[in-house]
Amino acid sequence: MVKWGRLTTFFIIVVMIFAVVLSTSRTLYTKIPLGLDLQGGFSVLYQVGNGKQSLTTSDMTATVAALQSRINTLGVSEPSIAVQNGGRISISLAGKFNQVAARQFLSSQANLEFKSPTGQVLMTGKDVVSNAHYQSSTTTGQPEVAISFKNPALFASITTKYVNQRISIWFDNKMISDPNIQTPITGGNATISPMSSVQSAMQLANLINAGALPFPIHQLSSNSVGPTLGQSALHATLFAGAIAVAIIFIFMIVMYRLPGLIADIALLAYSYVLIAVFAGLQVTLTLTGLAALVLGIGMAVDANIITYERIKDELRNGKSLQSSVIAGQRKALRTILDSNMTTLIAGIVMYGYGTGDVRGFAVALIASIIVSLMTAVFLSRTILLLFTKSNVVRNTWYFGGKGKVAGAR
Amino acid sequence: MRFAIIQRRKWFFLLSGSITLAGLIVMLLFGLNLGTDFKSGSQVEIVLNQPYNSAAVRNVFTKVGLPIGPTGITAAGTNNTMAVVRLSYPITNLQEGKLNTAIKAAFPKSLVPPGYSTVDPIIAQEQSQTAVWAVLVASLFIVIYVAIRFEFRFALAGIVALLHDAFIVISVFALLRIVVDLPFIAAVLTIVGYSINDTIVIFDRIRENLKNAKIKTLPDLETLVDNSLWQTMARSINTVLTVLFAATTLYFFGGDPIHNFCFALLVGLVSGAYSSIFIASPIWVAWRGRSLAKQPKRPVQA
Repeated sequence: MVKWGRLTTFFIIVVMIFAVVLSTSRTLYTKIPLGLDLQGGFSVLYQVGNGKQSLTTSDMTATVAALQSRINTLGVSEPSIAVQNGGRISISLAGKFNQVAARQFLSSQANLEFKSPTGQVLMTGKDVVSNAHYQSSTTTGQPEVAISFKNPALFASITTKYVNQRISIWFDNKMISDPNIQTPITGGNATISPMSSVQSAMQLANLINAGALPFPIHQLSSNSVGPTLGQSALHATLFAGAIAVAIIFIFMIVMYRLPGLIADIALLAYSYVLIAVFAGLQVTLTLTGLAALVLGIGMAVDANIITYERIKDELRNGKSLQSSVIAGQRKALRTILDSNMTTLIAGIVMYGYGTGDVRGFAVALIASIIVSLMTAVFLSRTILLLFTKSNVVRNTWYFGGKGKVAGAR
Repeated sequence: MRFAIIQRRKWFFLLSGSITLAGLIVMLLFGLNLGTDFKSGSQVEIVLNQPYNSAAVRNVFTKVGLPIGPTGITAAGTNNTMAVVRLSYPITNLQEGKLNTAIKAAFPKSLVPPGYSTVDPIIAQEQSQTAVWAVLVASLFIVIYVAIRFEFRFALAGIVALLHDAFIVISVFALLRIVVDLPFIAAVLTIVGYSINDTIVIFDRIRENLKNAKIKTLPDLETLVDNSLWQTMARSINTVLTVLFAATTLYFFGGDPIHNFCFALLVGLVSGAYSSIFIASPIWVAWRGRSLAKQPKRPVQA
């Protein structure tokens, strides 16, 4: 007896998987953040100070703020800045920009100068608190830049000496502003006004902050990939991945027939869920991570292979098709869980110890193991069981058996 | 007739032992070809997209004032159209700019800018230490898990196979003078994960068969494990085939930057599949067999 209800449910699930995958995977895929090695960019690790002096959290925050402002003036989208132990700061910038100039700019020191009308340097970036910001004037409502100095006495003596004269502010040897000193300022807080627009006020504030690098930094390591190099690597890996998936699909159908086809459908769901996880959690995809995913497909298939070999064993023992599928799945589950747990342990340790590439790989490995347990085990089990119970196929040949109608005795 | 694996275990121990010994000698004689991830200095990875001779590359570098040591250039990539250049000193921003122009002029098909990496000695040292720690700590946790889920002997036999695979990959890289960088560590760690995964499936079958069997003598144990190996043989082969399909296509079409990474995977996967069958299970039999032999044979009372 063919059980049409179960068969219909089976087909609805399969059609739904295809519909969701085909309609949304492209949009999801474009949302995955790509690592430097796939879209070009660079990462740098800086040591703040000389590595011996002890730095407080606020020292680090001030340095990060200054670096952040420098990056903002570069106009790079989605920079990543992280403070690491031992007074280190790592920065990753992705995308197309002049990498050589950007790195030069990031680590350059004291390139903010305040000069007298005669060109004498009065103060540098070290004298400025890196919290310059845009505000609107309390009296006129016009945009202005608020700026504070670390040594109010020094600033007071300068503003007294140069009252009614222009002090110019230079960044990287370019003059960015030359405000007129209206009155001596004693409190250490000054405003530059009026600014032509909110935007120009913010830009000026950014540049002043960027110049106010409180500690010297030096580069410990750097890594850069050109955008064309990154893109060619991405395309090559995707192409290779597509071929690999196609071969595995065919292999599974040839080796395991109908269950193989179901494993392929589960694999499709596996790839889709992984894309969704990466896009949803905004996990950065790196080159080694991409390789881990393609490898993960192979490992996800393993769960199905273990199950189907068990089902074949049960068929050989003369059980009926349905009880073979049920018993095979039950016995395979423990093996699959144990073997995946050990790989998961390796992945977690890699994540804990790794940096950069290794960590990208570990994230992809952990994600692929968890997702493969969901799809290759539970989804694939459910639809295989539904299909078997629908009783459409009774010939065990379709399940990799010898070809007699099992259980008909 | 079925090939008896366990009874021939001495031959497999001999085979793996000699490979490991050869690897050890190679490592001691030549050492590893460390990339800048582990050694201070700069590394430039240039995808040239055309055949080249290293003299031409050396020439370009020398012209912009960047001398390369005698073994500083390694060919890489699918058709050896990529050059990995290692400099024993860090390259400056200014030199980088000049080099980009010079490379594009000499090799019009190349992808410019190339990949640059520069590492301070302190960082290089830290990275190599963490890599070794990662393998050791991962092994320790795996031993604990397997010891709890199975038994201690299974755990140690699995770890021996795992270290054997990691070591073979490292030896092959030392022998072929392939650059060892951070992705290589990721590859070794994957192999570690795969190797133990593959072994556990076989151990699981041995554990299951042990439940329904009364083992009195060593031959009993040998037969049981041999049966378990052959019961899981189709799975062992089919699984390694699918993973190899993936690694092979990545090796040939996955692009030059991951070429070496995939090569490490290929070697490790083959070794991992081999060691699960021919090393891990026989070690367990040899060890478990000794405890069998210790029990005095009591005459069977009829």
